[in-house]
Amino acid sequence: MAERRVGKVNTVVDIQGLSKSFGSHEVLKDINFSVNKGEVVTIIGSSGSGKSTLLRCVNLLEKPSGGQIIYNGENILDDKHNVHQYRKNLGMVFQSFNLFNNHNVLGNCVVGQVKVLKRSKEEAEKIAKKYLRVVGMEAYVEAKPRQLSGGQKQRVAIARALSMEPDVMLFDEPTSALDPEMVGEVLKVMKELAGTGLTMLIVTHEMEFAREVSDRVVFMDKGVIAEEGTPEQLFNNPKMERTKAFLQRTRN
Amino acid sequence: MSIEWIIRIVVEYWPMFLRGAGVTLVIALIGTVFGALIGLLSGILRTIPIPENGPKRLLLKIVNFLLSAYIEFFRGTPMIVQAMVIFYGAAMAFGYQMDPLIAGIVIVSINTGAYMAEIVRGGIISVDPGQYEAAQAIGMNHLQTMMNVVLPQVIRNILPATGNQFIINIKDTAVLSVISISELFFQTNSIAGNNFRYFESFFVVCIIYFIMTYTVTLILRYIERRMDGPENYVVAGEMDTAEDIKRKTTGA
Repeated sequence: MAERRVGKVNTVVDIQGLSKSFGSHEVLKDINFSVNKGEVVTIIGSSGSGKSTLLRCVNLLEKPSGGQIIYNGENILDDKHNVHQYRKNLGMVFQSFNLFNNHNVLGNCVVGQVKVLKRSKEEAEKIAKKYLRVVGMEAYVEAKPRQLSGGQKQRVAIARALSMEPDVMLFDEPTSALDPEMVGEVLKVMKELAGTGLTMLIVTHEMEFAREVSDRVVFMDKGVIAEEGTPEQLFNNPKMERTKAFLQRTRN
Repeated sequence: MSIEWIIRIVVEYWPMFLRGAGVTLVIALIGTVFGALIGLLSGILRTIPIPENGPKRLLLKIVNFLLSAYIEFFRGTPMIVQAMVIFYGAAMAFGYQMDPLIAGIVIVSINTGAYMAEIVRGGIISVDPGQYEAAQAIGMNHLQTMMNVVLPQVIRNILPATGNQFIINIKDTAVLSVISISELFFQTNSIAGNNFRYFESFFVVCIIYFIMTYTVTLILRYIERRMDGPENYVVAGEMDTAEDIKRKTTGA
């Protein structure tokens, strides 16, 4: 990945020289990387390495302190760009699900389509049901979030993001808040999605999963991208000492 | 004997009590509704994220300052004094006497609005920030986020406090008798002034106030239950007969 792919047609999001500081604490330093259409990229690294912050910077839930985010050939960090218009092209799945508590399962998947994409209610419900079927939650359209298990909530959250039919799906440690027995059902859905050619950017601690689904793995350490490559390269022949040390720790 | 007097007062003066109670309820109800709307509007305005620079920043700062000034002033002065100042002040400034009923509604509304603004702010703070983030991530702007996700949850959460405010208003409209509004307390004063039976007249009105506030309490509890919705939901595909659906949804 030595070459930059600036302006290439198949680049969905291109991040250049991105930095982020909280006060004097620099969390991200000069991050350069891009996500291409149809690619599944996972970001791994220890807690505090900045991987979640990077993901949150991509859809501007955190405002980057410097650098550029190129989307459709334009830097969306320019003041003239509408943040909300940009965000509807990116689906986000949170660690803590964040389903809308005041809506039922169907409502969660419909409200964004109707309000943001201005789809009709009928069309939105049709699309919502389609994606609820993909995640295996179509039987629960009437249920309220508080009535669901963690794994079910996360699958609905994935359907909610998919219903917006975004260019890229962002997953922020989607299984970290789940009981061990529920991790499997969420990862299964994500594997299926990866197989459909959906563009995905995933922050995860699930190494086996990362190895299995990724086209490319990014290892972050202390706010920089320490190493990136195919799963085979990164997991089997890591070049950097700190990558080796990290993988060693996760295997135990 | 007191008890005879009480019966006589009720029989003789019930139309006056009824008219007074009507005026009291109208002022308290409309005042609480407008106050709640002022509170919600203020909540929406005060939670707009303030940009780091630009003219919008200055505008928002001014709006926030004005709202704080309004809240602190109307929370920090007695309603009876506000009533005098607004009623006679308006008469002096515009050279005409406000209709006392309108004046009463205005005074109760802006007074309640000041309290409700703080109640709504507390309600917004108590909603999980993840809800706001999820709505933002889907591409909603501030107003859409507030209207579709945050405020519906806030309204449910602040309903008990709003009911409290309504009950306070039913009682506190009594102070509006100082600007000759013919609400319940004013009417009772007239009645007692007629028959010189102060204890009996005010004993009757005491009961009337309690009946009004307790009825409001019961109605609000019913609304809260309705808003929470049914505890159970139907899993599609698992239902076979209409009887089953009925049994599951009613939880019987």
